[in-house]
Amino acid sequence: MSNAIALPTRGAMPSASLSPEEPLSRRWRTLRHALALAKRSLIKTARTPEALIDVTLQPVIFLLLFTYVFGGALGGGSQHDYLEYLLPGLLGQTIALAGVALGQNLNADIEKGVFDRFRSLPIARSAPLVGAVLADFMRYLIVCVMTLGFGYLIGFRIHTNPLAMLAAIGVSIAFALCFCWISVFVGMIARTSGAVQGIMFLLVLPLSFGSNVFVKTSTVPGWLQAFMKVNPLSHLVGTVRGLVLGGPVTDDLLWTLLWMAILLLVFVPLALRAYKRRA
Amino acid sequence: MTTYAIEANALTKRFGKTQALAGVDLAVREGTVLGVLGPNGAGKTTAVRILATLLQADSGSAQVGGFDVARDPEKVRQTIGLTGQYASVDEDLTGMQNLVLIGQLLDLRTRDARARAAELLEWFDLAEAGDRRAKTYSGGMRRRLDLAASLVGRPAVIFLDEPTTGLDPAKREDMWDVVRNLVTDGSTVLLTTQYLDEADALADEITVIDHGRVIAHDTPEGLKRIVGGQTLTVRASDNSRLPEVTAIVARVAGAEPDVSARGVVSASVDGDAALTAAVAQLAQAGIGVTELSLHLPSLDEVFFTLTGTRTADTEDAA
Repeated sequence: MSNAIALPTRGAMPSASLSPEEPLSRRWRTLRHALALAKRSLIKTARTPEALIDVTLQPVIFLLLFTYVFGGALGGGSQHDYLEYLLPGLLGQTIALAGVALGQNLNADIEKGVFDRFRSLPIARSAPLVGAVLADFMRYLIVCVMTLGFGYLIGFRIHTNPLAMLAAIGVSIAFALCFCWISVFVGMIARTSGAVQGIMFLLVLPLSFGSNVFVKTSTVPGWLQAFMKVNPLSHLVGTVRGLVLGGPVTDDLLWTLLWMAILLLVFVPLALRAYKRRA
Repeated sequence: MTTYAIEANALTKRFGKTQALAGVDLAVREGTVLGVLGPNGAGKTTAVRILATLLQADSGSAQVGGFDVARDPEKVRQTIGLTGQYASVDEDLTGMQNLVLIGQLLDLRTRDARARAAELLEWFDLAEAGDRRAKTYSGGMRRRLDLAASLVGRPAVIFLDEPTTGLDPAKREDMWDVVRNLVTDGSTVLLTTQYLDEADALADEITVIDHGRVIAHDTPEGLKRIVGGQTLTVRASDNSRLPEVTAIVARVAGAEPDVSARGVVSASVDGDAALTAAVAQLAQAGIGVTELSLHLPSLDEVFFTLTGTRTADTEDAA
C-alpha cells in the first residue's frame, strides 16, 4: 500500500446502487441474510472436504462394521437380514451425529471473532445461526446418499417404492435440521469446540444406542424399553423403516413430527438467548 | 451546541471480579478522531464493544450517531463500522467473498455488492489478492481486508480497536494514511491504541484510560504539554567523545541533558528541527553515533507522569 491510495469518497458510486433494493419485510430480509450466510458455510465446507468425513466415510465404516461384525450374532445368523434392519437405524444415528460439527464450527467462529462482525451489522441476531443450520442441509443429504448408496452396494434393497424412499430421506433431513439446534445451543454455551463435541457425544450416543437403531425394543429390559419408546431417534428410525421396508408408519411419523416441534420450540430460543448473551 | 457522533456517560461493566469499566465518559465530535489511549486491560476494547452494541453496559448510557446503544441497537448498527483488535475476516473465504458477503448482509444487490467489494479491494491494494483465500494473506493484508469489510456500508462512525497492533512500522504508517483519509471523507473515528505516537499522529483529541477510568482527556498538544514533548536521544560510537556529545545536545535542547551510565544522552526538545540541528552539529564535529532518535514518550512514561505509577503491563513483566 502506498501513498497513492485514495479512500472511497462519499458519493464515488451512484448513491442509488448503495441503497437497499426495496423496502423488504423483516422476515424476508432475515431469510435472505441467512441464505447469504449459509452460502458462506457451504464455501467453507467445499474448501475443507476433510470436514465431511463424518458424513461420508463414517456411515460406510459403521455399515461394514455392524453388518459383518455384529450382523451374524444380532441378525440370527443372516447378515443380510440384519443389514435391512440396521441401515435405517444407522441413518438415524449418523444424521443425529452429523449435527455435532455444526455446534463446533459455530463455537470456533465465535472464538475467532468472525461473528463480531455479523453482530455489528444491522441484521437479525438469528441470521448467522439460521444460516449455519440451513447450510447443514447439504451434510444431511450426503449422509442419506452415502448410507443408502453404500447400503445398496452391499445388498440393501428397499421393499417399497422410490417415492417412499424420498419421503424417508425428507423426514430424516427435516428431523436433523431440528435436532441440530441442540448442537447449536451447546456450541453457544461451551467454552471450546472440543467441549462441544464431548457434550454432544455424551448426549447422542446414549440416545442412539438406547433406541431401536441396533436392536429390537423387545430384547431389552422393561425400564430401557420405556426409554426407547419415548426416544425421538426410535421414532425417526421407526418411520424410516416403515417407509423403506414397508409396514406401519403413521404412529412413528406423528411422534417424530411432535419431537421435531418440541426440539425447535425448546432449543431455538435457548440457542438464540445464549448467542445474545455470549460476550 | 456541539454535535457529538459518539457520546458515553458513566459506562460501567463488570466481568466476574474484574471491573472492566468503572464509569467512563467519552465524547467525539462529528468528523473528528478520538484516540483512546491505554495499556492492555484498561477497558478500551470493552468500551468499544459496548458502543458497537456487542455488549451491554451494566450502567451508564451511550449514544452513537444520535441513537441510544441500549434502546436502539439496530439503528446504531446501521451507522457504524467495526474493526476489531483481531482481524475478524473469514480465512476460508477469499477477500472478494468476504466483502461481498458483508454487502449482501447490508441489503445491497449482489451486483452492487460485487462492485463495492472490487472498489474497496482496489483502494486497499488488495485487488490482485482478491480471489485468494484470506488464509494466505499477511498480517497487514488481513488488517486492510478487515478494515475494508467495516467500510462496505460507508458508515458514518467507525470504531478501530488497536488497528496497528502487531503490524511492522511501515505497515503502521500505511494504516495511519487510511485513517486520515477516512476522516477527510467525513467519518467520525474512535480509535484505541497503546501508542502515544499513534494517537498523536491521528487524533484530534485523546482520552487516556486506565483500570476502567478516564485519567486524562486533552488535545495531543495539551497532553504533550503535560507529559513532555519529544525526546532527543544520542549515543556516540566512541565513548571518549561523550562530553562533546553532551555539549551539542545541551545546545540543541537549550537545557542540560540526562546522561545514562551507558553513555546515552537524552533531552526534551521542542520540535523536529532539533534532530536536524543535532545531526548537523555532530557531523561537523566528526562524531559517529550508534543511536540517534527523536521520539514521543512511551505509554509507560505517559502513565508515569499522569498517575505516578507504572502501567499494569510493566508491573506484570517486572
